[in-house]
Amino acid sequence: MLNIALPKGRLGEKVYAMFEAAGYECPSIKENNRKLIFENEEKQVRYFWVKPSDVAIYVERGAADIGVAGKDILLEYTPDVYELLDLNLGKCRMAVAAPNEFHDDGQKTLKVATKFTNIAANYYASLGREIDIIKLNGSIEIAPILRLSDVIVDIVETGTTLKENNLEVKSTIVPISARLISNKSSFKFKGEDIEKIVESIKNQVNNND
Amino acid sequence: MINSILRNEEKAIFALRELYGKYGYKPFKMSKFEEYEFYIQNKDFLVSDRIIAFNDTSGKLLALKPDVTLSIVKNGEDVEGFKQKVCYNENVYRVSENTHQFKEIMQTGVECIGDIKLYDIYEMIVMAAESLSLLAGDFVLEVSHLGLLSSLLDNICDSVGFKQQAIKYISDKNAHDLARISDENNISDNDKKTLQKFVSIYGERNAVLQDLEALSDYLNKESINILKTLSNMLDNLSFGGKIKFDFSAVSDMNYYNGIVFKGYINGLSQSVLSGGQYDNLIYKMGRKSGAIGFAIYLDLLEDLPSEKQKFDIDVLLLCDDETDNKVLIDTVCQIIVEGKTVSVQNDDVGKIRYKELIDVRGRGINA
Repeated sequence: MLNIALPKGRLGEKVYAMFEAAGYECPSIKENNRKLIFENEEKQVRYFWVKPSDVAIYVERGAADIGVAGKDILLEYTPDVYELLDLNLGKCRMAVAAPNEFHDDGQKTLKVATKFTNIAANYYASLGREIDIIKLNGSIEIAPILRLSDVIVDIVETGTTLKENNLEVKSTIVPISARLISNKSSFKFKGEDIEKIVESIKNQVNNND
Repeated sequence: MINSILRNEEKAIFALRELYGKYGYKPFKMSKFEEYEFYIQNKDFLVSDRIIAFNDTSGKLLALKPDVTLSIVKNGEDVEGFKQKVCYNENVYRVSENTHQFKEIMQTGVECIGDIKLYDIYEMIVMAAESLSLLAGDFVLEVSHLGLLSSLLDNICDSVGFKQQAIKYISDKNAHDLARISDENNISDNDKKTLQKFVSIYGERNAVLQDLEALSDYLNKESINILKTLSNMLDNLSFGGKIKFDFSAVSDMNYYNGIVFKGYINGLSQSVLSGGQYDNLIYKMGRKSGAIGFAIYLDLLEDLPSEKQKFDIDVLLLCDDETDNKVLIDTVCQIIVEGKTVSVQNDDVGKIRYKELIDVRGRGINA
């Protein structure tokens, strides 16, 4: 039995459709109820919905053999897992944004507001830039407006929220999308099953490109 | 009987020590503490630089061991023609990646320090596989040679930043990000294809060796030859099929060089065994020899599925002040003679799960 952790929400539904098209359907998942675990004995798969940011933990700890997590979560928490496939879903980017008129002259410590403290710290460490990280949990965009920070590091999809708050992207750190991940130990013992799924989903991704 | 009351990790300690003894590895007992300064000088080789330090009675700053290998290397000496072969079972103290708190980790392992030959590498891999086989029937030992990875990357790009990222992506089996950074670093199409191919090669040893032929222009010939010879030597083992080649087994290249390996047990979510050649550490510590070894993280064995005990005890024996001591002693002796376990309590308050209840409360000598 292969345990598959899917992220709750619209992304998870799209991902499930890919698994279904790959021949690993589980009809009970579409029933309108509050169940979180769904099993198809015949196909030897068990799906469960979890909070998107928790998928990597379920996979790393082996409660799920494979799962789908955003690259932002993988970069922030660096779980010890295999990252087998880029699903090209939920595409966006991790970027540094600031008020349109802001210019970093590098003369003082840069104040950075973000939910993604590790990503921000690693990015600025690679540039050798001294920063002060301000950890926020939401509404990051208002931090530079209220002078809480100079810049923000956050996920940017269309850039509309930034624009409406007179902010703009100053630099892109890394492209983000949903990734299919596997527990390392599961890959050793259920590798054939996992590779079959990966191969089939890879074909769908390539056909969609 | 003794076997039935031992926990998984306790049974493992005895079985593993016996195994290592067969290959001439002598137990090495080390002190609980080392000088703090020693770890600071060698912090590059530690998993984490956070160490529990304290002052001893003379004011000297000491540390609880975060690592065993460093102490073994420090305490040995180079004698030509002699290989120091030791095994150990020690607790180390490291910060848990999950809780960020210090954790006591029970570690067992072997080290061979001296003029390391191919046979010594073979022997170490066999001992690693036999160790896994003792712990659980279903295991995989994946072996890699870091010489392949470094020669491949040296042939493709000089940038240290690119190499560091590429190593991370190869260890994650992440072909898509490897392709992305190849494009960002203007890697040629041929070189990019070679990198993609390298990530996809793993599994059964002979198939892997065949796949490597296609990349031989990029790879260190000596490393390939070592893998080929090793593979032939391992073919004769009954569990040889469980020893695979996988180049995502990338260990810290500051510490390791040459052959590295990781062991997995079905049912455990992470690798339980890790090891390889660590000549780089030996040189840094001022010794001239080579070295190879591995460690097993015994605390992980707690997670192995085991039969859940339905009962804490066979017999719950209830007594009170009126119970005659002779009656009580005789009853306890009788139960133990029958091969059962017994707990004498004053009342059954629901804290102990038992199979049988014997109540001798109020039973005097004449009762």
